[in-house]
Parts: sequence; structure tokens; C-alpha cells
Amino acid sequence: MTGKLKQLFRNWAFRRTVETGTVELNQRRVYILPSKQGLGFAVVLLVMLLGDINYNLSLGYVLTFMLAMMAVMSMLYAFRNLAHLRIHAGHVTPVFSGEDAQFVFHFDNPGTLTRYQLHLHDDAGHRTTFDLPALTSTPVHLSIPATQRGWLDSERLSLYTEFPLGLFHAWTYIHFDVRCLVYPPPAPQQVLPAPSAQSGTGAIHATGDEDYAGLRNYIPGDALPRIAWKALAREQGLQVKQFSTPQGRELWLDWNQLGTHAVETRLQILTRWVLDADAQGLLYGLRLPDGELPPNNLPAHKAECLRRLALYGLSGAAT
Amino acid sequence: MKLSSALVHSLTLCIFMVTLPHAEHLPLWITGLCAMLLLWRVYLTQTNSALPKRWLLFLITLTGVAAIAAHYHTLFGREVGVTLLMLLAVLKLLELRAQRDAMGLIYLACFVIITNFFYSQSIPTALFMCATLLVIVPTWLRIQAPSLNLKPQARIAGTLLLQALPLMLLLFILFPRVQGPLWGLPQDAYNSTGLSDSMSPGSLSKLSLSEAVAFRVSYADKAPRRDQMYWRGPVLWNYDGRTWTRGTTGYSNPPRFTDTGQNISYSVILEPHNKRWLYGLDTAATLPNGARMSTDFQLFSAEPVNARIRYEMSSNLSYHANVDESPSQLHRATGIPARLNPRTIELAQSWRSAHSSDQEVVDTALRYFNQQNFSYTLEPPLLGENSVDEFLFGERKGFCEHYASAFVYLMRAAGIPSRVVTGYLGGEFNALGNYYIVRQSDAHAWAEVWLAGQGWVRVDPTAAIAPERVARNLAASLKDNAALPFMARNPPQWMSKLRLNLDAWSNQWNLWVLGYNPERQFALLTRLGMEDVSWQKMARNLMLGLALCIAAYALFMFKHQLQRHRDPVQTTWLKFCARLAKAGLPRAGHEGARDYAERIAQARPAAAASVRDIAARYVSLRYGRMPGTAELIAFKDAVRMFKL
Repeated sequence: MTGKLKQLFRNWAFRRTVETGTVELNQRRVYILPSKQGLGFAVVLLVMLLGDINYNLSLGYVLTFMLAMMAVMSMLYAFRNLAHLRIHAGHVTPVFSGEDAQFVFHFDNPGTLTRYQLHLHDDAGHRTTFDLPALTSTPVHLSIPATQRGWLDSERLSLYTEFPLGLFHAWTYIHFDVRCLVYPPPAPQQVLPAPSAQSGTGAIHATGDEDYAGLRNYIPGDALPRIAWKALAREQGLQVKQFSTPQGRELWLDWNQLGTHAVETRLQILTRWVLDADAQGLLYGLRLPDGELPPNNLPAHKAECLRRLALYGLSGAAT
Repeated sequence: MKLSSALVHSLTLCIFMVTLPHAEHLPLWITGLCAMLLLWRVYLTQTNSALPKRWLLFLITLTGVAAIAAHYHTLFGREVGVTLLMLLAVLKLLELRAQRDAMGLIYLACFVIITNFFYSQSIPTALFMCATLLVIVPTWLRIQAPSLNLKPQARIAGTLLLQALPLMLLLFILFPRVQGPLWGLPQDAYNSTGLSDSMSPGSLSKLSLSEAVAFRVSYADKAPRRDQMYWRGPVLWNYDGRTWTRGTTGYSNPPRFTDTGQNISYSVILEPHNKRWLYGLDTAATLPNGARMSTDFQLFSAEPVNARIRYEMSSNLSYHANVDESPSQLHRATGIPARLNPRTIELAQSWRSAHSSDQEVVDTALRYFNQQNFSYTLEPPLLGENSVDEFLFGERKGFCEHYASAFVYLMRAAGIPSRVVTGYLGGEFNALGNYYIVRQSDAHAWAEVWLAGQGWVRVDPTAAIAPERVARNLAASLKDNAALPFMARNPPQWMSKLRLNLDAWSNQWNLWVLGYNPERQFALLTRLGMEDVSWQKMARNLMLGLALCIAAYALFMFKHQLQRHRDPVQTTWLKFCARLAKAGLPRAGHEGARDYAERIAQARPAAAASVRDIAARYVSLRYGRMPGTAELIAFKDAVRMFKL
């Protein structure tokens, strides 16, 4: 109940806009309140002050006031530790469900002082702690476990610091429109379906391998499994194995081939197939109820296939 | 999160430093126990061993508390509280598991520092407090930021403390002071040395061994002669054969002084002695604020003096006091216990019958002390039941209390009203601070007799045996002064000079820091120009001052931080452009450095070469790879030398 109220209050008190581009932390964005430890310290100071008054301890006044003023100064320090930071979200690499999504935020510290002990966390408690050296931009990674295929939103994150004395909690909310694409988890080892001569279903031939057709020079973007490591070892430079795929020997990874399985299981098996087919350098296509991708074997094709699998049947999948 | 061993070590150091000053007054076994526990903690950290089990700690705590209870016979009171706190702090160190525990320990350490001020608030204590803070604050930072290196840690801690310092001073001066205590204090709240309201053989000689300061005096004009510096304390009437006590003396009959002369004004800073009386020169003319004078001319404040206080008063050094003393008082001043000291009574009565006037009896007694081989010593022999007899007819060795006591006894036996007065005599002049220090070792006892027509007259029998005691000091009057503390004998000159120097400092310290009470605050603020000082006004000024200071800090801090890392190349180039703009050739917004230079070159062919050169340097510095400092200097020079 209190949790819900707290959430409601926070939604009401702090704007929940999603941001793009670079965010600069100014006075209006940084909130500051005493921390629990700070309130505890206030109680300690109060007891000390009472003791000073009661026992006429002049030196006690000196100490009490010194500590109190140090605490007040630490509030400025805590605020300064966050102020004027510039943040923008970085590229997020898609992951498979079950892995950790790595959200990257670039923190630019334009000030001449190092920022210490900054904490970035989401509402579920995934966190990271870091320092930001002066006059540099530092990438900060926040891992959030990806549990479901589809888009994983970074949600609203809290950035806070209690540096230097832990007496004040200075914080801000950042909510970037970054999300991580989560692919379905690949099913355990599966035999690939047989390639077919014609597009569509049908004829089953013995092997799924194409014929080795020679080497060509490496072009950035070629799949790693196709690099001719032996040739590299012979110091012939970075070369790629080429396979001649006879016309019509295309591999179709077809939703309908997996008729008996549940939707998620089908997607997992298809994911496994896509990965295997790509690793083997096959020319493969993907056929789903909501469309098909013609056979290809470029890296971008694999990414597109996985994307379609990740977003299959989800609302808003088009975006 | 596990605490690093470096952090644990610095926390151990914190606790060590805050508990160290307490070692002086805690029972030895507690100090030993704490030291052992601290060493154990250091060992555990060093060997990276597991912390003791909870039940074991619980057992130690329980045993410790029980032992403390057995030692003090109570679990309440200040002394016990401090001891328990000490044990708690050290034990907490052995239960350090998370960041929260570490923070708790820091708070506890701050609190333990305060408790030390019950015992001492001297300058060295203050310096030690600063040293302790210099250990605590970096440790605190390390708890919060384990990644912090030693250097920034020290820098941030130092800056924090330095920035807090002016704010602290502001608070110290303006925080509305309240005269404590707010609630009743435990009996042991104040420790005190000083005169008591009774005197028995040995009580003053014991006190004379103490070098503690009793009070400090500054005279408004000229100081009186040394042998007139009789500081009146408790006046003792009743004698039970061994101990003199005050009995009951009220304020019902105010004293009457006549033929007064030689008025002297002075101010006294009295150390707390936990009794109600104040000290003044014999005899007070104008009383300190709020003080009253008893029938026997003793000064009393309304409350026990349990904090250092300062008061102004004046005294008349010559006077006739209570010439018309009431018969009941006179009767009271002649009482002696029956059946004690028969030989003394016999001696007194023989004097009485030989002399007609009281004055002659007094003189005879003084002559007796002077001529009958009496000696003045700090270590008199122990006396039995008939103590006066034993003193007068036995070894004849005694300290001022013996002489005062025997003299008054003789007088009373002879029927002359008399009483014992205790107090201090003399003092040490501190030329640096222009004041006198009166120490416990200046404690003294003398007699007062009532003579018809003259009233109460001071008679100091000690002066008859050891005139140096009155004229100079204790050390000069003692043949064998080995029993005196070193500094009370005759130390080398540089040493006594140093001591006077230090005392002058601590006098200022007492005056301005420790003695900063509501009255002093009022006086200071009035002198600083604040009108009708009230706590509301002080609070308002305080808030305003703090807000201004903090705002100034904030402004400075953020300006300093916001000083964008200005590129010196860009700055120099902009300067160059500004100069050209002044000459009527401003750079257009769309123009790059090269285009601009070309345009200038065509407009001013004379400067073409240097303009092109500067532009080329700028481009290579700004857009080139890794410009060196030499190139930058050359660029700056080129801009500086440039002339149109």
C-alpha cells in the first residue's frame, strides 16, 4: 500500500517524460534530501548540543558546530557531484532472452573535478556504481537481465550520489528512449531442416552443405565462421571461404514445419535454426505467419530474421 | 559489502584516538581491557580472520557491564556513562560488518570526543580534538567512497573542515547561549579542587601540593601590596577538637564597615569549585552581581560555581568591621570544647591574668609563636586527641592551619572572640597578561579576633613564624620544600617564564572560548554594534550570516567547477579576431580562419604575411594532431606581436 502511494507520489511529483538526445543535469533536475544516515547524524548532533548546553561545554559547542557545518557543506558537495553532468544514451546491442542487456550511457563530465561514487539504478534494483574523471566522457554500463523476447525498455533510472559524507541523498531521474531488442532464447541443439530445390516445402535431400568454391578477400561484415583461418595461418591474409550454392538449394526455415509445438517453442527452434544456418554460411530464408524473408546469407539478414522472431506477435512490433 | 582492512584499520585508529584521553581518569582495568580489545581487533584485521561470534561479544559485553557496575556500585552517573560508552565503542569495533556499522562507529567516535570535555577543555585538548577530526573525517570519506585514493581523500576532508571553520565560528559567536544546566546533573558531574567548608590538621597542606589554578585576578589600577592580598574564603566558627566547621551563619545581620579606606577594584575569573562561595580581597566593598555577603563577611553566589565565572568587585583594604558585633556572635566566637587541651587553656589563662588588654594577649601569643622555636613545614607530625596541646608543647611543627587553629584556640581560651578564616594568600604575577594567578598552593588559613573599639581584626599567626610566606610565597617560607611540586619551588627562570606565557594563553582561552557565556555573548555583540541583543535577533542574524556564507561558498564552488576547460588556442584566436574587429575588419559568422585571413590580406596587404601565418598556426593547432606546447607559445607570441 505504502509502496503504491509512494509510486503515485513520485509519478505526480517528478515528471515522467522520456528523453532523447543529451540531458544536462541542472538545478531543476537534481533533488536533494537528507539520507537516513543524515537524519541519524542530526539526532546525534542534537544530543551533543543538549549535552553542551547542559554541561556548559564550550569546546563541545565548537565540535558540534564544526560537525554540523561540515554536514551542511556536504550537501553542497553532494549537489555539485551531480550538477552539470551531461548524459546521452548509447547503442544497445540486442541480446538473447536469459542474458543481461547492457544499456550504455555516456556521462560527460565538463567540470574540472572528478565526480565520485555515482550510482545508477532502475526501480527493480539493478545497479552500477562509478566515478567520472574530470573533463572526460565515460561510458557507463547498466546490465538489466532480459527475461522476455521483444523490446526491453530501460524504464526510468535513478542516478544518485551520497558523496562525500553519506548524509545527503542527491538524485535525479533519467528516462531515455533506449530499448534493447531481446531475441527469443535459442532452443537446444536442433537438426536443421533439409534444403529444398524449390522454394516451399517438399523434397528432402541428403545433406545440407554446399560445395566449397574457393577463397575470396575478406570484406568487413563477413561472418566469422566463414573466415579461412587455415589460410590466415599460412599467411595468405584474411580470406573468406566461398561456397557455391546451386540455384534452388535454399533452406527455408518455416514456421509451418513446426506445427505441433507451442508458439514460443517454435520461435526458439527457429532462432536456433537461424543461428546454425548462419554459422554454416547457408542461404536461408525465414517464413513466419506474418510474412517471409527471402533466402540470403548476409549478417544483416540474420539480424533481421532474429528481429522478426523477437517481435513476432507482439503489439507495436513494427517500431 | 565487505569493509576493506585499510578502512577497518583507520576506524580502529579513530576509536583509539577518541578513547586515548580517557585513559587518564578511567580505572586502570578498563583502560587495559579496551587496549586489549583494540589490539585484538588490529590482529583480526591483520590476519584477515573472522570476527568473533555474537555470543562471545555478548558475553564480553555482559561481563564488562557487570564489572563496571561492581566497580562504581551503580550504573548511573556521568563517570559510569563515560566508561560504558568507551566499552561500547571498542566492542562495536569487533562487530563491524557493514557500511552501516562503520557509520555508527563514526557517530559514536564524535560522541566520545564530547565526553572528554567533561574532564578537560584546555588548549591541548582542543588541539587533540583537531587531530582526531583530521583522522575521523578522512575515514568517514573512505566509508562512503572506498574507491577514493589517499590524496583526494585527504584533500576533500581538509577542504570540508576548512570550509566549515568560518561557519562554525559564526555559530559559536551568534548561537543564542543558554545558561545550563537544563536538567539536574548527577552528583559527580563536576570535579573540583579547592577549599572546603571545614578545616582539620593536614587539609590545607594537602591542598598546597596542588598546582591547579584557583582563580585569576586582574586589578583595574594598581595591585595592592602582596601582604594585603588576603582572599577571603570560608570563615570557620565551630571547633570539635579536631575539625573547624562553618556552623550556621546567615545573612540576617548585614556587616557594618566603618573607617574604610584604600578602595581597589578588580575582576576575578574563578575556576569551578562546585561550592557557592566566591573569593574577594578582605573585605568586599561592592559585591559581584547577584552575590550576597554573610554576617561573617563571606561572599556567596546564588548557585554553586560549577562553571568558570568572571565577576567584578571592589574591596577596602583598611576598615573597622562590626565594631558593634552582637553579643550572641561574640559568645559564639569564644566557644571551645570542654576537657580538651588543658595545657593550652592554662597557658591562655596565664596570659589573660598577666595582661589587661586583649591586644596585649594577641601580641603575647604572636611573640610566643615567634620565639618558642616553632617551625613552618608542609609535613607536620600526626596529632592525637589533644591536638592543640600536642602542637604547642610537642614538636612545634605545623602548617598554616595548625597555627591558625592553635591561635584561635588560645584566644578563645583567653576569652577573646576569634574565628578561623580560610582562603588564599598572594598569587603569582603574569606580566604577559597583566594578571595574578592564584593557585591551590596559595591556600592559607589565618585568624580574626574581635577587639573592642576595632571590631574584627585580621591576625596571621603564620606571619610570626614564616614572614616570607606572607611577603613572598610558599616555597620561600619552607626550609625543606622537597614535598612541593617542582614548579612551586624555584624553577629556572626560562621555565617559569614559559609557564607564565602558557598561562596567559590559557587565560585568554578561558576568557573567550570556555567562558563565552550569555553575559559575554551579550557584551561582545553589543561591542560589535548590535543593539538590544535578544535571542530572536541573534537567531535572525545567525541564519542570515549562515545563508550568506553558504551562498558565497556555493557560488564559488560552482563557478570554479563551471569554468569550462577553455581552450587556450581558441582564446588567443578570439583575442586576435577582436583586435581586427576593432580595426574595422570583423570576422563574418560564416568565415573560416583561412577565408578570413585571405580577406584581411587583401584589405591590408602590409599585414598579409603575418595574418596568413597566424591563421595557419591557428588551423594547425586547432584542427591538427596533438599540438605541442612550443607551437602554442609560438602562436601566442605571433598574436601578441601582430600589428596592423
